[in-house]
Amino acid sequence: MSGFFPWQPAASAYGRQIDLLAAAFGTMVWLLAIPVFVLMAVFAWRYRRTREVNRQNRPNGNVWVEASWSVIPFLMILVFYVWATSLYLDLRQPPEDAVTIDVVAKQWMWKFQHPEGAREINDLHVPVGTPIKLVMTSQDVIHSLYLPALRIKQDVVPGRYSTLWFTADRAGAYPLRCAEFCGADHSVMGGKLIVMEAADFAAWQAAHNGNGALSAAERGARLYRTSGCAGCHDRTQEGLAPALSDIFGRQVVLADGSRTRADEQYLRDAIMLPNKQVVAGFRGIMPSYAASFSAEEVADLVAFLKSAPSADGRIAQP
Amino acid sequence: MNAEPPKDRFQSPQEDSGPSYLRAGHTLRSWLLTTDHKRIAILYLFAISFFFLVGAIAAALIRLDLLTPAGDLLTNDGYNRAFSLHGIIMVWFFLIPSIPNTFGNFLIPLMIGARDLAFPRLNLLSWYIYVVAGLVTLYVVLGGGVDTGWTFYTPLSSVYANGAVVAAILAVFISGFSSILTGLNFIVTIHKLRAPGMTWGRLPLFCWSHYATSIIFVLATPVLAITLLLVAAERLIGIGVFDPDLGGDPLLFQHLFWFYSHPAVYIMVLPALGVISELITCAAHKRIFGYWFVAYASIAIAVIGFFVWGHHMFVSGQSFYASAVFSFLSIAVAVPSAIKVYNWTATLYKGDVELSAPLLYALGFIGLFVAGGLTGLMVAMLAIDVHVHDTYFVVAHFHYIMVGGTVTAFFGAMHYWWPKITGRMYNENLARASAIIILVGFNITFFPLFVMGYEGMPRRYHVYPEQFQVLQVIASSGSALLALGYLLPVFYLGWSLFRGERATANPWGATGLEWTTSSPPPKHNFVEQPVVVRGPYDYPLAHPASRDNG
Ligand code: HEM
Ligand SMILES: [Cu+2]
Repeated sequence: MSGFFPWQPAASAYGRQIDLLAAAFGTMVWLLAIPVFVLMAVFAWRYRRTREVNRQNRPNGNVWVEASWSVIPFLMILVFYVWATSLYLDLRQPPEDAVTIDVVAKQWMWKFQHPEGAREINDLHVPVGTPIKLVMTSQDVIHSLYLPALRIKQDVVPGRYSTLWFTADRAGAYPLRCAEFCGADHSVMGGKLIVMEAADFAAWQAAHNGNGALSAAERGARLYRTSGCAGCHDRTQEGLAPALSDIFGRQVVLADGSRTRADEQYLRDAIMLPNKQVVAGFRGIMPSYAASFSAEEVADLVAFLKSAPSADGRIAQP
Repeated sequence: MNAEPPKDRFQSPQEDSGPSYLRAGHTLRSWLLTTDHKRIAILYLFAISFFFLVGAIAAALIRLDLLTPAGDLLTNDGYNRAFSLHGIIMVWFFLIPSIPNTFGNFLIPLMIGARDLAFPRLNLLSWYIYVVAGLVTLYVVLGGGVDTGWTFYTPLSSVYANGAVVAAILAVFISGFSSILTGLNFIVTIHKLRAPGMTWGRLPLFCWSHYATSIIFVLATPVLAITLLLVAAERLIGIGVFDPDLGGDPLLFQHLFWFYSHPAVYIMVLPALGVISELITCAAHKRIFGYWFVAYASIAIAVIGFFVWGHHMFVSGQSFYASAVFSFLSIAVAVPSAIKVYNWTATLYKGDVELSAPLLYALGFIGLFVAGGLTGLMVAMLAIDVHVHDTYFVVAHFHYIMVGGTVTAFFGAMHYWWPKITGRMYNENLARASAIIILVGFNITFFPLFVMGYEGMPRRYHVYPEQFQVLQVIASSGSALLALGYLLPVFYLGWSLFRGERATANPWGATGLEWTTSSPPPKHNFVEQPVVVRGPYDYPLAHPASRDNG
C-alpha cells in the first residue's frame, strides 16, 4: 500500500493496521459524502427557478426514509467502532515480556533510561522486533510522546505513570515528538526513535552501559540506602512498615479493606503521597518525599523495588 | 441565471408603519442605552466583527510565520502567544456569541411575533458584559499575551505559563455571564412571548436551534466559570486542585474543561444549523423535508453533546472503558447531524430553487460541515485518534466545523437577512463571487492540514520539519484567498448601505413572520399583534414554471 499515500509506511505491524483502518474508514467517509454533494448540486441546478420541470407531488417528509438514512450509516460506522476499539485495547495491553524503558519528560527534553543502565536524552534506541514498554512520567507539565511512524502517542502527566508499548519491525530512524503543548520550546522538544538490528543494538548497548554508568535499579538502591528507607522497611517484624522485597505486582490490602495491585503508580504514590493509601496493619507514619525526590529519582526507586525480590523479607542491597 | 431580485410574492400588510428601528433616535445615547433587541443585535455585530478582525490578524501572523520551517517571523514565545490569542478570541469572542447574539437577538422576537425579548434590560446588560470581557482581552493582547493555548491545560496554566494568564481567564469568565444571560433570555422569550397561533410545531427551525443552544448556555457555562476560577486560584494562591505537586489532579481539569467546551462546540454549530435550515427552505421555496426530525435533531445534539467530552482525552490516561463509552456516544451524536444534512438535501428536491448568494453560502456550508463532521467521526474512532490527536488533522477537522461551518453560516445569514436588517439590497453578483472565493480559499487553506496531520505534524508547532513546508506554503496562500473572500462583503455590503437598492418587506418571497414587517422593521416590530395561522414554511405548492408531468 506504500506509495499510494504521501506519508511514510508505518514501522510496525500495529501501525500498518491503523493505516488500513484509516484508509477503509476514509473510503467510507467519501462514500457517505459524495452522494450528498452530488445530489445537492444536481437538485439545485435541475430545480432552479427559471426551469420548467415537474415539481408535482413534492415530498415533505417520510418516517421510513428518515429512519433508513439515520440507521444504515450508523450501523456501518459501528463496524468501524468495534475495529478501532479493539486496536485501541491492544495498545493498552503490553505483553508480559516487553522490555521496560523509563521515560521522564521535562520542559523541554525527553530522558530515557534503559534497564541495563544506558541513559539517553531525546533519542531512543531500540532493537527491531522486540516489544518495548515505555513507563513515562513528567517532571513539570503535561507532555505527550508521539511516534508518528508507529501511529501512537500517549500523554505524559506529572504525578502519574502512563505506559505506551510497541514493537518496531523496520530498522531506521523515525521522528519522536512532543504532541501536547508544553510551553515556549514545545515545537523543538523531540528527537529520534532509532530502531536497530539486534546485533547493532547489542553493540550500541555495550558501548553505553559500561564506563561506570549505574542502571536505574542500582541508582534506586543507592537512594534507598541514603534516604533512610531501610530504617523502617527492613524492620517489618517490629510492625513498623511493610516489607518491600517482592512488592512489585503483588496484591496489597489497604487499611480501608480494599485491594490494589502494586504497580508503578502505586509505588510512586506510596513515596510521594504516603497517606493516600495506607497498607492494612500499619500506621500512616511515613513522611512524604514529594519535596526531596525528583521524578527521575522516584523512577529509579521504583526500578529498584521492581528488581529486588529476596527470600528473607529484607530487601537485597548491593 | 436570474440576477435581479425576485418580486414579492407575499404581500406585506404592514409597510409604512412608522419610523424604522434605525431611525427611532439618532444620538449615540439612543444606541448605547437602547433596550430594543434589534439595536442590541447591531451593537453585538460591531463588537463581534471587531474581535473577528483581531482574531484574524493573529491567524494571519500564524500563517505568515509558518511559511518557513524555522518560523523566522516570530519567536517561539511570540508564536505561542499568537495562537493562544487566536484561539481565545475566536472561540469566546467570535464563535460562541456570533450567531446567537447578533442574528438570534435580532430575529427571535420577529420570528415568533413578539415585540422584544422577555428581558430587554438584561439583554443590554449582556452586551455590556461582553464588552467588558472584550476590554480585558484587549488588555491581555496589549499586555503581552498568554501562552497557554485557549484550553488552559494545567499545570502549565496554573504554575508554569508566563504572561497575563489570570487576566485572560478573567476575560473568559466574564464573557460567560453574557452567554448565560442571553441563554436565559432566549428560553423565556420562546416559552412566553410567542404570538397567538405560534405553536411549537410552527416555530421556525432557527428558533428551535437557538432554544437548544440556550439550554447548553445555561447548563454548561457555569461549569467553565467555576473551573477557570479554580485555575486562577491555583495560580494565585496554590490551592492544589489540579497541581500534582500539591496533591491535585491535572486530568480533573481536563474533565471539567471539556465538560463545558465540548458542548460549547455545539453552541457554535447549532445556531449555524438553524440558519442553514432557513436559507435552504427559502431558496428552495419549499417546506423543509421532515420538520420534526430537524427540530428534534437540534435538541438531541444538545443533549447527547453533554456526554461526549471524554473524546478529547483518549490519550490522556483515562480508563479504557471511559474511552470506549465516550467513543460510542460521539458516534451517536453524528446521527442527528446527519439527519439534518440529508433533510436539507431532500428539501432541494423538486424545489423552486433560486441560485442566490445565501443559497451558495448554504451549500458551501453543507459541504464543509459534512467534511468536518465525517473527519470528526474519524477522530472519534479510538485507534485513529491515538495517531492524529493533537496533530494538524485535528486542526483541520475543527476548522472545517467551526470556520467552514459557523463562519460560513454567519456570512450566509448576513446576506439573507441583510435587506431586513438594513432595508437595502446588496450586489448579488459580488455576493455570489465572494461565496465561491470563500469556499475555494477555505479548502486550499485547510485541506492540506489533514495530510500534514496524518503524516505526523503536531499542532501548536512554531518550528516544524522541512518535509511539511510545501503543504504549509499552500495553506498560507489559500488563507490569503480566504481573507479576500471575507473582506469582499465588507465592501459591497458597506456600499449597499448608502447606494443599495431599497429592499421591500419580503425580497426573497419567504414565509417567516419576520418578512411580514417592513424592512427595516419598526421599533416595536409589528404594528399589530400578528396572529399565526400557518406553518413556518408554507410555500405554495409549486412555482408557475412547473409542468404537471414529465
Ligand atoms: C481565516 C483563516 C484562519 C487561519 C489561516 C487559521 C489558522 C490557524 C492555525 C494554523 C492554527 C493552529 C495553530 C497551531 O496549532 O500551531 C489555528 C488554530 C485555531 N484556530 Fe484558526 N485560522 C483561521 C481562522 C479561524 C477562525 C475564523 C476561527 C474561529 C472562528 C479559528 C479558530 C481557531 C482555534 C480555536 C484554534 C486553536 C488555537 C489553539 O490551538 O489553541 N481560526 N488557526
Ligand atoms: Cu512537551
